[in-house]
Amino acid sequence: MSDSRLSLHIPQPTARPGEPASFDHIPLSEAGAIARPEPDTPEPEMRDLPYGLIRVLDDSGSAVGPWAPDIAPEVMRKGLRAMVQTRLFEDRLFRAHRQGKTSFFMKSTGEEAIGVAQSMALRRGDMCFPTYRVQGWLIARGYPLVDMIHQIYSNASDPLKGRQLPILYSAREYGFYSLSGNVGSRFGHAVGWAMASAYRGGSDIALGYMGEGTTAEGDFHEALTFAGVYRAPVILAVTNNQWAISTFSGIAGAELTTFAAKAIGYGVPGLRVDGNDFLAIWAATQWAAARARANLGATLIEFVTYRVAGHSTSDDPTKYRPADEASLWPLGDPIERLKAHLVAIGEWSEQRHVQLEAELTETLRSAQREAEAVGTLGKSKPSVSEMFEGVFKEPDWRVIEQRRELGI
Amino acid sequence: MPTMNMIQALNDALDVKLSQDPDTLIFGEDVGYFGGVFRVTEGLQKKHGLTRCFDAPISEGGIIATAIGMGAFGLRPIPEIQFADYILPAFDQLVSEAARLRYRSNGEFWAPITVRSPYGGGIFGGQTHSQSPEAIFAHITGLKTVIPSNPYDAKGLLIASIEEDDPVIFLEPKRLYNGPFDGRHDQALKTWAGAPEAEVPEGHYTVPLGKAAVVRAGEEATVLAYGTMVHVARAGIEESGVDAELIDLRSIVPLDIDAITASVAKTGRCVILHEASRFGGFGGELSALVQERCFWALKSPIERVAGWDTPYPHAFEWDYFPGPGRLAKALRKTMENR
Repeated sequence: MSDSRLSLHIPQPTARPGEPASFDHIPLSEAGAIARPEPDTPEPEMRDLPYGLIRVLDDSGSAVGPWAPDIAPEVMRKGLRAMVQTRLFEDRLFRAHRQGKTSFFMKSTGEEAIGVAQSMALRRGDMCFPTYRVQGWLIARGYPLVDMIHQIYSNASDPLKGRQLPILYSAREYGFYSLSGNVGSRFGHAVGWAMASAYRGGSDIALGYMGEGTTAEGDFHEALTFAGVYRAPVILAVTNNQWAISTFSGIAGAELTTFAAKAIGYGVPGLRVDGNDFLAIWAATQWAAARARANLGATLIEFVTYRVAGHSTSDDPTKYRPADEASLWPLGDPIERLKAHLVAIGEWSEQRHVQLEAELTETLRSAQREAEAVGTLGKSKPSVSEMFEGVFKEPDWRVIEQRRELGI
Repeated sequence: MPTMNMIQALNDALDVKLSQDPDTLIFGEDVGYFGGVFRVTEGLQKKHGLTRCFDAPISEGGIIATAIGMGAFGLRPIPEIQFADYILPAFDQLVSEAARLRYRSNGEFWAPITVRSPYGGGIFGGQTHSQSPEAIFAHITGLKTVIPSNPYDAKGLLIASIEEDDPVIFLEPKRLYNGPFDGRHDQALKTWAGAPEAEVPEGHYTVPLGKAAVVRAGEEATVLAYGTMVHVARAGIEESGVDAELIDLRSIVPLDIDAITASVAKTGRCVILHEASRFGGFGGELSALVQERCFWALKSPIERVAGWDTPYPHAFEWDYFPGPGRLAKALRKTMENR
């Protein structure tokens, strides 16, 4: 091999606005094609897993292959309901932002199955360390929609007392850890939480979420190092939705390997899972949870999905990616796919779906009405004294004096 | 009552807490089998078991992140960062997470962690083993910052810090581990033997956070110091001949503002001494507070004596280190306007 003139490689997405969109570069597997090792299989024997794609629902709506879970139709209908509620909720609150009722909002359109299925597959005592794109977790666990809206409006009934940006919820009773706008910084908390559960000799486990772009942060490496070294009972989930604001996944290394395959370097099993397939997510989560609860340690799961919406209300995705890209996404829509499966097995119908949407829309309207009766952003807010609470367990003289200075 | 050096006192505090509270655990680089590079955790793994005191990967960010997760779960982790100079990879965790968790979750989650870390110079550690980063932490709303100056306080403050429900940065003046040091580097090393503050009671006791100690009563000026500089200040006051009151702050957050204002109101003069670089140092905050609260009592400008605004230089350690001579000079200057 001879020297060649050096050149700097800057990864580029397959298409920008005005160019034909394509997802040919994303390695896919047929539904049912990937073997399912037992959860107690030694990690070195499973190093092919992160290069495949675990899928259960095929294009005809059948659940196929070894990963197809034993799951009751009632549970699937509950999942469908939570996903539909999540989408309706986000569409409605996105509009509320456009109507000036709040400052900021983010949607998880196309990714609803991840938060919903994992929320349902894990137990009450387990704790998830969410990203801002798993609102479905809360909805699936029955967190009151009105409290979510109070938080989004930062109004007088906001459970977080007006201290947090919209959708950065905290809901300990629902297994939902406090969110932050800094990405990645809770990945290690999930590991620490899991280590604490092991230290106490309990059976609860933790689930950490991170986007594919954030895997470039040190937090990812640190969390996986600790999770592997101490065999922490944790599931570390990377939601690979292809886009980090305007930056495509190649800038986080997607051209080089899969995100799931990064697990190999830490000696932790890595699963690459269809993130738009409710049943595959369910099955992979149960597999990883079983492994964790058997004291066999952590699993890294990459969920391959697509961010249909913009990053947030603050960006216009048509400025950086083809407008029709979402329609070409090869893994479809998670709601449509689970619905098709339920219809195919005779447990659901178009008519029932229409009724469900109408019912959930009414539930949502009523929650929104209730929240707006309290007030929207700027029209209602918690007592300003709340600004000074909770800095420390007990306020020190600084906040006491400053509160007095403000006259409250 | 046993006499202990600061290492033994800190080790004893950790031993007391590990014995009393099964939710406490220690982890950090080299703290397990070996007992830490300064031996503060010596014997704790052997006595209390592997899961109570264990080695961590060389990953300060990971150490603090996992400690926060454990703390939020309900444990009381006591992570060690081997040198305060190494704490910066964990800065995001301390600022964005530990300090903010209680506030942003409206009290649903909090991080009762005590981050122990040796700080300060005087040991020929060069730039990366000598720094005093306390001002950085004092600026972060939601963190408490504690700095003992002797074995008795070290044990009592460490136990109090571990029992706090808020995150505490516990900075240990490494030059004081084995003996008091007044900055006169050319004199024979002293040990803690015979020092009254090295008489450390056995068992559990606390020194409350936010309560300063009047180390030396005086009438003509007030000297504010903490950590190693408490001993330098004592020597500097003697050298100056000024009848100065010396206050050991013991914690800078929470800060005992009442002790400071009471003393300056009495003496009318204030000199602030710290080892960290002067510009943007904690002395600036102290100076502002004294000016705001004691202006009409002041007889002369507030003086700050501190490390120079350079990195901590290896060969020039004693040129950088704010020794007793520099404090004496500042005290004499503050007395010029009578």
